[in-house]
Parts: sequence; C-alpha cells; structure tokens
Amino acid sequence: MLIHRMHLDDNYVVLDVNSGAVHIIDKMIYDMLGIYDGTNKTETLQHFTGEYAAADVEEAMEELEDLQKQGLLFSPEFPVPDTFSDEPILKSLCLHIAHDCNLRCKYCFADTGDFGGHRALMSNEIAEQAVEFAIKGSKQRHNLELDLFGGEPLVNWPVVEHVVNYVRRREQETGKNIKLTLTTNGTLLNDANVKFLNDNRVMLVLSLDGSKATHDNMRPFAGGKGSYDKAVAGFRKAIDSRHGKNYYLRGTYTHYNLHFTDDVLSMLEVGREISMEPVVGTTEPYVLKEEDWPILDKEYEKLARVYLEKRRKGEGFDFFHFNVALDNGPCVAKRLAGCGAGHEYFAITPEGDIYPCHQFVGREKYKMGTLATGIVKKDMVQYFRHMHVMKKDACRTCWARFFCSGGCHANADLVNGDIAKPYEYGCKIQKKRLEMAIILEALLTEDVNEGKKDLRPAIDNFKFQVKKEQ
Amino acid sequence: MAKRIKTVNKEMLKKTLRTGGCGECPASCQSACKTSCTVGNQVCEKA
Repeated sequence: MLIHRMHLDDNYVVLDVNSGAVHIIDKMIYDMLGIYDGTNKTETLQHFTGEYAAADVEEAMEELEDLQKQGLLFSPEFPVPDTFSDEPILKSLCLHIAHDCNLRCKYCFADTGDFGGHRALMSNEIAEQAVEFAIKGSKQRHNLELDLFGGEPLVNWPVVEHVVNYVRRREQETGKNIKLTLTTNGTLLNDANVKFLNDNRVMLVLSLDGSKATHDNMRPFAGGKGSYDKAVAGFRKAIDSRHGKNYYLRGTYTHYNLHFTDDVLSMLEVGREISMEPVVGTTEPYVLKEEDWPILDKEYEKLARVYLEKRRKGEGFDFFHFNVALDNGPCVAKRLAGCGAGHEYFAITPEGDIYPCHQFVGREKYKMGTLATGIVKKDMVQYFRHMHVMKKDACRTCWARFFCSGGCHANADLVNGDIAKPYEYGCKIQKKRLEMAIILEALLTEDVNEGKKDLRPAIDNFKFQVKKEQ
Repeated sequence: MAKRIKTVNKEMLKKTLRTGGCGECPASCQSACKTSCTVGNQVCEKA
C-alpha cells in the first residue's frame, strides 16, 4: 500500500507511506484518491465526470501529479537497509523488583503479581548483577534505560532504594546516561519515597484506569476493596511534588469500559500526562470482543475531538498514543526494529532469569538464560532480532508499518502462539489511533503554518525534566 | 499554488537511511505503554 487516506469529521488527510509525507486534503481529493493509484489518470478523470465539475477534477489531478513529481505521493518502496548486525547492543532492561503486589488487578498479565510462579522479591545482589548486565551489554551506547517494575516494586522498597543509588554511582563511573523509570500502583507512595524518587530523577508510570468506578472494578486490594482513593492520594503527592512533570498516568481499558474517553477525562482530575491502552487477553470476560470494535472505533474519534478542542483552547493534555512526530520521528532502522524485545531489551526476574521482555516472563520456553549463565539461547536472540516488521506477512504491505513496527511480540505470541503473526485486534486499534494521531498532528501543524500558536504536544522521549530554579 | 492540498511535512523517511541506526533512542515499549509497540511516538535523539 503506497498511500493511506483517513478522516475525522470533515478533516481529510493522506499519508504517503514510503516518504512519510502527510497532506491535508479536501473531500474531492480524498474521493479521487479512492480511485487514483498514481498511474490511472484517464480512468480517474472519467470516474469523477458528472460527480464534480470537470475543470475542478483536472485541476485536482494536476496538484496530485505535482506531489508525485516531488516524491511526496505514491512514493515507491525502498530496499530495507541491512542495519541488523549479528551482535545486538542492549539499550533497555526491565527489572522485576517484586513478583508480588498488594493489589489483585483482574487483568494483570503478571497474574496478580506473581507472573504465574511463586511470589518473590529481587535481592540487592541480583539487582546489582542486572545493572552490570545492562552496562556491559550496552557497550559503547551512551543512553541506557532501566525500568523498575513488578508486581509492585514498592513492596520491595529497600531494593528500589539500593538499586537506584547503585545506578547513580555506576552512571558516574561509566559516563553513561542511565534513565530510570518506576511503574507503580501508587498505594504505597509516601513523602519519603516520593522525595527519593524525585531526587534521583526517576520517571514514574502511575497505573490509573480512569474514574473511581472503573478503577475500583478492575484494581482492588487483595482484600477486595477498591484501590482508587489510596492510589490517587499517592499520585497527587508524586505529581505535585514534581511540578506536574516526569510521569504518565497509565490506564488500561477493557470490555467493561469501552467508552474510555470518560475515563480519560476523569484522569485529567489527577494529571495531564495520560496513556490509555487496550487490555490484552484471550478468553477472559474482560477481553475486548469483536462486537466491541464499532464502539472503540467511534471512541477514538470522540477522544480525538476532545483532545483537539482542549488543545486549541489552551487546556491541552498529553495522550501518549496521539503523540506522533511527523518531521523528526525515528529513523528507518528504528521503525523496522520496533521494541527491541529479545535482543536490545530484556526483563530480569527476581531470581535473575532473563526473558525477552516483561510480558514474556513466566512463559517458560522464552527463558533465555540467567544472570549467572548469561544468555544461552543465542538463536532466540537472533530470531527476535531479525523478526522485524518487513518479515511479517501481515505487516509487509500495511500502511502503518513504519509507525507500529509490527506490533507487540508478546501479544502476538499470546494470541497466535507465534511472534511472526501479529495480534489482529491490536492492529485494528493501533491503526485507528494512528489515524487519529496523524490527523491531529496535521491539523495542529497547519494551525502553526497559519500563524496561530503552536499547541502541538512536546515529544521528549520521556526524559526527566529538571525544573529550572526561579 | 496548491488549492486543495496542504502539505504538512515533507519526505523524511528515506533521508534517514544513511544517517540512522545509532540506537540511542529509547526502547519503544519501555515507559508509558508496556503492552504495545509504537515507534511513531518518539523523536530521533539526534533531531
């Protein structure tokens, strides 16, 4: 597929897939691009005779041909670069600080914290070994990311504290830039740990599903009581103390809250940096059903309208999946390689076992080694490394291939038992939110081109922003 | 002057064929998603 048309209400946009160019178009051009494939000019002109004035159609065709000459429409495919050397360089590691949690979230891919195994806490020694594994694996790469994950990492606070101090020391010694992120349910945040996380530049991913009713339904404490009040108290403490920056409120929507825009709006009462993701599963009652799709399709449009309206009013919020960098996005190599799971990115369990990513933990056949042995399944590393988007049958001709990179390997494996076969429902959602993201970015960019205020979201790769002293 | 088409951004993919691949950008699923992969949400670290 060489182009992709999309629209939100009467805003029409076309993406030139192979160049990455984006154009805002009128309805007539939109209609014409349903027929015109870059070569069939006569057929297209004939097709629209009678529907539109002949002179208008011819004028529109001239504009389309002009874009083609500039390489901005119907750009041909280009050869995939050989950017994948056999020896991967590690860029990111997820430390499972605790396979334990004080909540019992119904959709948890960690099986309410224990990842299908027994409950366990990472030790200081394993945590240090994991950091050294990351530093060594990152070789000459300057930037390195470590995510403190769970379960709930704060149930193992002494090790969080230890590993953060250790990382900051090793950062000085190695000269690397080590970005730390901690994902938490918020219920154990307090003044002391919030201060420590702020002082040590730890980004926060705060799990909040929306309104109290939505959140409490899916995220109860072990005893069954909803966790919203306690979580939000912790989130407010953290967000206020870091001046409204350096965090994401990250939610999951399910079959039970298909109208998730309402939940996103509820989240705005807590913070303005928001990510909301579809739940993933197979046969569980909360899983998204086929008949849910028309509702979700419309819901992303509804969210896009709210998002645009608020941005233009100067009351904007950030929605992670509406962030799309049209001009300065990732290079082709990155767009092909995707998430890096299994070759640039790994997860470490409390015992020191190595998996391709946090979602694969507990799927025994994907255990790649241990911190003691190193990675022993070298073939699996190469399999992940070379399973890029152009190797997947369903992706090779998809218009979204340079934005989604072939989707999530773990979801593909969970649903289809094969990382080469993308999770189709996830693709539908991905494509819809990408359409909305591209349209929104195009409209906000056009506002700037017309001399209006730049209200586009700042995309900063989730870097810790230090507040400037007054 | 185009009347019906407003180009928002020009070609940017192919120009990175020669210059890209430094690997200094973050992993795509490391922070705010954790259940999907969207490289489009990032900017190039060198841009």
